Amino acid sequence: MSVVENVGLDRAELLRFIAAGSVDDGKSTLIGRLLHDSKSIFEDQLSSIAKTSSKRGMQNVDLSLLTDGLQAEREQGITIDVAYRYFATPKRKFIIADTPGHEQYTRNMVTGASTANLAIILIDARKGVLTQSRRHTYLASLVGIPHIVVAVNKMDLVEYSQEVFTRICDDFAVFSQHLNLRNIEYIPMSALNGDMVVERGDQLNWYQGRTLIDLLENVDIEHDVNLDDFRFPVQWVCRPQTEELHDFRGYMGRVESGSIKVGDAVTIQPSGLHSRIKEILLYQSNFDEAFAPQSVTVTIEDHLDISRGDMLIKSDDQPRVDKEFTAMLCWLSEQPLSSGRKYIVKHTTRMVKGLVSQIDYRVDVNTLNQEKTDSLRMNDIARVVMKVQQPLVFDAYSRNRATGSFILIDETTNNTVAAGMIC
Amino acid sequence: MSHRSFTHLDALESEAIHIMREVAAECANPALLFSGGKDSIVLLRLAEKAFRPGRFPFPLLHIDTEHNFPEVIAFRDHRAKELGERLIVRSMDDSIKKGRVVLRSENQSRNPFQSITLLDAIAEFSFDACIGGARRDEEKARAKERIFSFRDEFGQWDPKNQRPELWSLYNTKTHSGENIRVFPISNWTELDVWEYIARENLEVPSIYFAHWREVIPRDSGLLPVSHLVQPRDNEKIEKIMVRFRTVGDMSCTCPVASDAASVGEIIAETAMTRITERGATRMDDQTSDASMELRKKEGYF
Repeated sequence: MSVVENVGLDRAELLRFIAAGSVDDGKSTLIGRLLHDSKSIFEDQLSSIAKTSSKRGMQNVDLSLLTDGLQAEREQGITIDVAYRYFATPKRKFIIADTPGHEQYTRNMVTGASTANLAIILIDARKGVLTQSRRHTYLASLVGIPHIVVAVNKMDLVEYSQEVFTRICDDFAVFSQHLNLRNIEYIPMSALNGDMVVERGDQLNWYQGRTLIDLLENVDIEHDVNLDDFRFPVQWVCRPQTEELHDFRGYMGRVESGSIKVGDAVTIQPSGLHSRIKEILLYQSNFDEAFAPQSVTVTIEDHLDISRGDMLIKSDDQPRVDKEFTAMLCWLSEQPLSSGRKYIVKHTTRMVKGLVSQIDYRVDVNTLNQEKTDSLRMNDIARVVMKVQQPLVFDAYSRNRATGSFILIDETTNNTVAAGMIC
Repeated sequence: MSHRSFTHLDALESEAIHIMREVAAECANPALLFSGGKDSIVLLRLAEKAFRPGRFPFPLLHIDTEHNFPEVIAFRDHRAKELGERLIVRSMDDSIKKGRVVLRSENQSRNPFQSITLLDAIAEFSFDACIGGARRDEEKARAKERIFSFRDEFGQWDPKNQRPELWSLYNTKTHSGENIRVFPISNWTELDVWEYIARENLEVPSIYFAHWREVIPRDSGLLPVSHLVQPRDNEKIEKIMVRFRTVGDMSCTCPVASDAASVGEIIAETAMTRITERGATRMDDQTSDASMELRKKEGYF
C-alpha cells in the first residue's frame, strides 16, 4: 500500500468544473491539453486520435479529437449536451463537464454547471470579451458557481502580448462587477502550445500568476459547501423489524449542508415537530458528527411520524416553509411552458404538483435586459412565481444550492422540462 | 473524520449511496446487476452502506452468458450467500434453447446477446430500474450517458434524447414497460474502484490477481485458453504470468501480463498503466470505433 500513500491519491479531493466556450475558442484543445499534459491519456486513445489526425491530413496530433463525439452525433450532425471526463493529479481528482456550444448552449451549460465548483470561461485573445463570453459568465453566476477562471486563450496568435491580456481582463472586470461572482482569476494561455496550462512554457514570462493546473489543484473548495445550516432531507426510512432491531427506525439521507452532532436538537419540517439526534450511523460505523456532503443514517430520541420528503433541520436555523415562492427558471424542453398547466416539482426528496403562476420577466442572456413575456421556450431564463400544492422546505439558492434548486417534470411525457433556482 | 479529511473516495461513495437510496425510494421494482466483477462488488458494498441494518430493497440479478470464468461464478454465489440477499440468475443458454438468441457458432462471444436475456429478465420480473456498475471512464459512449439512463420499451438508449440531469435531482419517472438503468459509480475511474476495494478490504475473485495461465497471443491481446478458445493453425500456446482487469465472456476477455499479486500492487500498476481498461482487455470493443454505442442502443447496459 506504500505506493498509494506516495501517490497520495487516496487522500485527494474532488473538484468538478466546466469549460465554457465554443469550438472556436479552443475548448476541446484545452481539455485535450489538460488530459494530455497531466498524463491522463492512454496509449490506445492517443494512437487512435493520431490515426484520425493523419487521416485528416494533419501533421500533429489534434488533441481536440479526444473529446470527439459519438457515431450518432457525426451522422446526424448533432451534439449531445454533456460528456464527462476524468483526470487526476496527486492533489486532486477532477471531473470535467464538457458541454458543446451551439444553439442549445444555455440548456447544456446550466446542466453541466449545476454540480460544478469552478467554471473556465474561454476567451479568444484576438476577439476579446464577446457576447457569448458575457452569456457564459452570466450563466455561471446564475447557477452559483463559486470560482471563475477567465482563460485568455490563443495568446500565441497575439504575440503573447501583455497589453492584450490586460485589456481583456479590464473589460471582463467591468462587465462582471454587476454579477454576483465571488472569485475571478485570469490566466493568459495557449492551449495549442501548452503555455500556462500544465507547463508554464517560455513565452509568457511577464505573467507571474498560477498555471491553470496549479489553480485547479489549489483553489479553496472547502467553503463551497454551506457549512452553517444543517439540512437533511430524508430519502428512505429503514425499519428492519427483525427481532433484535424491532424498534429501529433509521432515517437515511445525505447531509446537504451544515453539520450535526449526536444530542443536537432538530426540527422536522414541514410538520414542525422536535426531537434530538440519538445516533449517526453508516454500515458498521458510528459517528459523533456528520457534515455535508456525507450520506448517513440517523436515529432520533422520539417516535415521530417521519417519511421521505421530510427534512431534519438544526433547531436554531430555520428554512422557509411555503407553498409559493419566486424563482429563476431555465426552460430545458422543446415543448414550451404552458402557463397554468400543472407539472411535477422535484425539490430535495419531495415531489409535489405545481405550476408557474406568473412570469415576471425573461432575461435576454446576451444583453441581460429584462423583457416581458407570456411563454417560455427552450433555453429561456425567466423570473417566475411558482405555486405548489404541498408546502416545500427551502432556502434561497444563493445560500444553499441543494435546498434552493428544483426541477419540473412533465406528467405526460415524464421529461425534465425546467430547472429552477429559488430567489 | 472531519470536513477537512473528506477525500474524493468519500465524495464518490456518498454520491453513490445517495443515488441508490433514490432508486429504492422512487422506483417500484428495482434490481441490482451483480456479475461477480470488481465494479459490481463495489456496488454491493455501497448497497450495504446505503441500506444496512435493513435488507437490500432489491434482488441481485445476474445475466449469465455461461461463458464466465468459473472462479467468478463461484465468487458470485459465495458473496450473495454471505450477504443473505436474493440472487436471480438468468442464463443465456435458456434464451438460446427458446430460440431467442441464435449464435453463429458455439464459441463466439456472447457479450452482444446479453441484452436479449437481460430484456427478457426485465420483462419477466417487471423491473423498472436496473442498477449497474458501468463507469463513464470506460468508453466514450458511456461518457455521454446519464447516471439515470432512460430506456424505451425495447430497451433502447437514445443518446440524443436524454433527460437533462441537474444537481442531484434525478428524474426516475417511467411509463409502464419502460426501464431505467442506473449507474451509481458513473463518476468513478478504474483506479477509484481499486482504491475503494483496498479501503473497504473487499474480497475479489482470484483471477484479478497475477497467476500463471495458458494464453494465445492473437491480434493485440492475449486470449485465455479454455474450451472456447483453442489455438488456430500457426498459433502457439504460451504460459505466462497474467491478471484480468475485467472479467467477462471467456471467449473475448483478455488478461494482461502482470505480476501484481495484491490489491496494493494492482493499484500501483493501475496508476502507472498507459492503456485503457477496455482497450487492453475487450476484443469485442475493438471491432469498431462505435461498438459500445451500437450495443447500448440495442439494450446493452
